[in-house]
Amino acid sequence: MRFTARVEVQLRPGIADPEGATIERALPALGFEGVTHVRAGKSFRFELDAPDEQSARQRAEQLADRLLANPVMEEASLDLVEIGPEPAAAPGRVAGARSRL
Amino acid sequence: MAPRVGVVVFPGTNCEHDVVEALGALGGRAELVWHRRTDLAGLDAVVLPGGFAHGDYLRPGALARFSPVMGAVSRFAAAGGPVVGICNGFQVLTEAGLLPGALQRNRQLRFVCTTVPVEVCTTRSVLTEGAEAGSRLRLPVNHFTGSYVCGPDTLAVLRAEDRVVLRYLDNPNGSFDDIAGICNEAGNVVGLMPHPERACSELLGSCDGAVLLRSMLGAAARVAARVPGGGWPRPSLSPGCGGSQPAGARRH
Repeated sequence: MRFTARVEVQLRPGIADPEGATIERALPALGFEGVTHVRAGKSFRFELDAPDEQSARQRAEQLADRLLANPVMEEASLDLVEIGPEPAAAPGRVAGARSRL
Repeated sequence: MAPRVGVVVFPGTNCEHDVVEALGALGGRAELVWHRRTDLAGLDAVVLPGGFAHGDYLRPGALARFSPVMGAVSRFAAAGGPVVGICNGFQVLTEAGLLPGALQRNRQLRFVCTTVPVEVCTTRSVLTEGAEAGSRLRLPVNHFTGSYVCGPDTLAVLRAEDRVVLRYLDNPNGSFDDIAGICNEAGNVVGLMPHPERACSELLGSCDGAVLLRSMLGAAARVAARVPGGGWPRPSLSPGCGGSQPAGARRH
């Protein structure tokens, strides 16, 4: 089966996020009042083949932990969507809820 | 015979010739080592120089860690060989798990390019064994991602084991504990954000980097003189540093 994975990488709570803080400070000047807790991060999307959802999730989590995020300062979350047996299949169902790594 | 130092070149590295030039002027024999090489036989020390290895894509050092040469660098380090990572090289060493912690974007989100005063905090690393503890050096810094971060446990270990090698006297990037450079438990692997190779000539504004590179060449010379099969000489540990990193821990 083929899955689409979306991995979001954010700085861990407690690690300073100067980028998010700078964006937040700029918002009132643009007329966006009352916006707080801005955090900057990165998003990655890839497809992978696996026999079932559990093994797909496991591989995607390993990939995120070994490469996409640096666990010293970042944490990753994963969205996994099954897109069917064929790579070109129509958009499918959500295979599982978002999981924290 | 002058010690042989390998200066690793990743795609995007740009400080390798500065390092070769500085080490040559100090009596070393430095040579470039392409990142695809997997054998470091014959080398007495390894430098990972500054630049933008693999374009700094993803995170500085994140992809360089998977370059073929890094397996050989890890083995060289594990055998006690001197390994020094400068700037981007420091980032590579943390990503590769050869040094704890990580380098984050500078706190003020600005690239810093200036000469800063730093203090030599310990002489038990291959980079500072010839320097004087407490002495102050003026060294250039040139980075966007140089703010050292680590967990509280790691910071406690670094302090307890006397592994903070250099501290900024006027922190330019928001690093934890003003850390400019650290070493591993044995003292043979050192990472630092300042560029000692750019401070080896009065024409460049400072000669203070020479004492550091000379220290490394001294450690390399001990390696060069080692008895075949007799193992690697290790820098002596300071008294009272009995703690150790958890075995197999990748990052802290």
